[in-house]
Amino acid sequence: MTQDEFDPDAIARSMLAYLGLPDEPAYRPGIVAHLVAARGIAAGLLALPLDDEAEPAPVFKP
Amino acid sequence: MTDWTIATAAEIAETVRSGEVSASTVVEACLARIDAHDSAIGAFTHVAHERARARAAGIDAMIKRGEDPGPLAGVPFAVKNLFDIKGIATLAGSKINRDLAPASRDAVLIERLEANGAILLGALNMGEYAYDFTGENYHDGPSRNPHAPEHMTGGSSGGSGAAAAAGFVPLTLGSDTNGSIRVPSSLCGLFGLKPTYGRLSRSGSFPFVASLDHLGPLARSAVDLALSYNAMTGPDPVDPVCTDRIDPPVTLTASTAIDGLRIAKAGGFFEEGGHQEAFDAVAKICTALGVSQTLPIENAALARASAYLITMAEGASLHLDRLRTRHADYDPDVRDRLLAGAMIPGAWVTKAQKFRSLFRAQMQALFEEVDVLIAPATPCVAPRIGQKTFMLGGKELPVRPNLGIFTQPISFIGLPVVSVPVWLEGSPLPIGVQIIAAPWREDIALRVAAWLEENGHVSAPVATLKEKAV
Repeated sequence: MTQDEFDPDAIARSMLAYLGLPDEPAYRPGIVAHLVAARGIAAGLLALPLDDEAEPAPVFKP
Repeated sequence: MTDWTIATAAEIAETVRSGEVSASTVVEACLARIDAHDSAIGAFTHVAHERARARAAGIDAMIKRGEDPGPLAGVPFAVKNLFDIKGIATLAGSKINRDLAPASRDAVLIERLEANGAILLGALNMGEYAYDFTGENYHDGPSRNPHAPEHMTGGSSGGSGAAAAAGFVPLTLGSDTNGSIRVPSSLCGLFGLKPTYGRLSRSGSFPFVASLDHLGPLARSAVDLALSYNAMTGPDPVDPVCTDRIDPPVTLTASTAIDGLRIAKAGGFFEEGGHQEAFDAVAKICTALGVSQTLPIENAALARASAYLITMAEGASLHLDRLRTRHADYDPDVRDRLLAGAMIPGAWVTKAQKFRSLFRAQMQALFEEVDVLIAPATPCVAPRIGQKTFMLGGKELPVRPNLGIFTQPISFIGLPVVSVPVWLEGSPLPIGVQIIAAPWREDIALRVAAWLEENGHVSAPVATLKEKAV
């Protein structure tokens, strides 16, 4: 499996168990769709280089 | 006889304060319209008849005694049902919260509006737990767009959009985490203010994403936004994000001036992916304002992506215990997004928060060059209720998370925005345009909105509702 290939269904099953969340078959397609969408949306952000000094803004002040 | 259901808040307050009409008369007119029509619109989940009548009688007694109830005297308003209302459970659009104890006091913003003379008429429909841009509630049914009831209001403050556009009340409150005030304002043809992050207290409201949650008003005029905004500002030590700064109240006169303001169109991301009407509406506003400059907003797509990830993760964190014990009681669409959100890696979310600092700095530098940015509020006019996908930028995408693509990057860094309602020639449905200002400059965004309204470029008429079949 290459870096760009992943099995969202396997991730969903594993993470539901890891987090102690319900693994209902009816929920799985929706969860998988959102995992795939989130990974696609995150790609650009994850490719952005950040300085080590970059500070998060958890309590954000405009 | 005056029809008080089409009057603005400012007109009502002026007339009630002068003693020309009683607050009770105004409230009864609004209650009658709600009782006659809301079964077909779905704006309200609770109508507070007794409370409103008692409060109106109190306002009328003050007037008789020669006292001034305040600048919102006798103005009926209603709130998204994630605001606490004393004596009823705070639903936040959910089935699960129906088991909560009734709220012991009103949300701070309700208290502040009523301290200025306004009268609460009830609680409004919303997307479950505010994780929604459509206004379709799984448990209570959809709020319907008063201008075209087969179409969406937008969400998640769907009832807030429906109630103001239907003439049930001139003023509503909503919440906006990623666009939930601006999207229904756009689709329902209203003025909507998402203030600067931290400007208005969130105390007594059910949260969604603490990093991004804002509260604010929707109304049928810019002056009404300003009146209510002035009444609601002020520090609140209970909300750790609420600012201590006190700025002068926003005053909008009949001859509001925009001379000297540097206004530019937001380019790049904000010129792509929407339907033609979104860009036609922006062009109309830019022409009206004499805008010739376009500034590309670099990294806006990353801002949207970051807000998306933070929302998934913080939303999941908020609901984690309920997802274990009450998962069958959620709206399935919300549940699946929240379950997936629990799996978002912490490293991604932290990077999104780091990027937030960078994007803030980038936009602060841009606001050294301009005072106002113009951008579409939604990528299209109201989709039909039940529509699951639409075409954006040549791709078929789900409606629910994508109606807010143009609002999400702006709230990500907390900038104040007024969404103004544009009616394009020949279109039966309105669409909004965002008037975006620098942090803490709500006054500028409101001034521009008021100027556009005074000069006839934007308007928020009450919808004509069909008579109920007998």
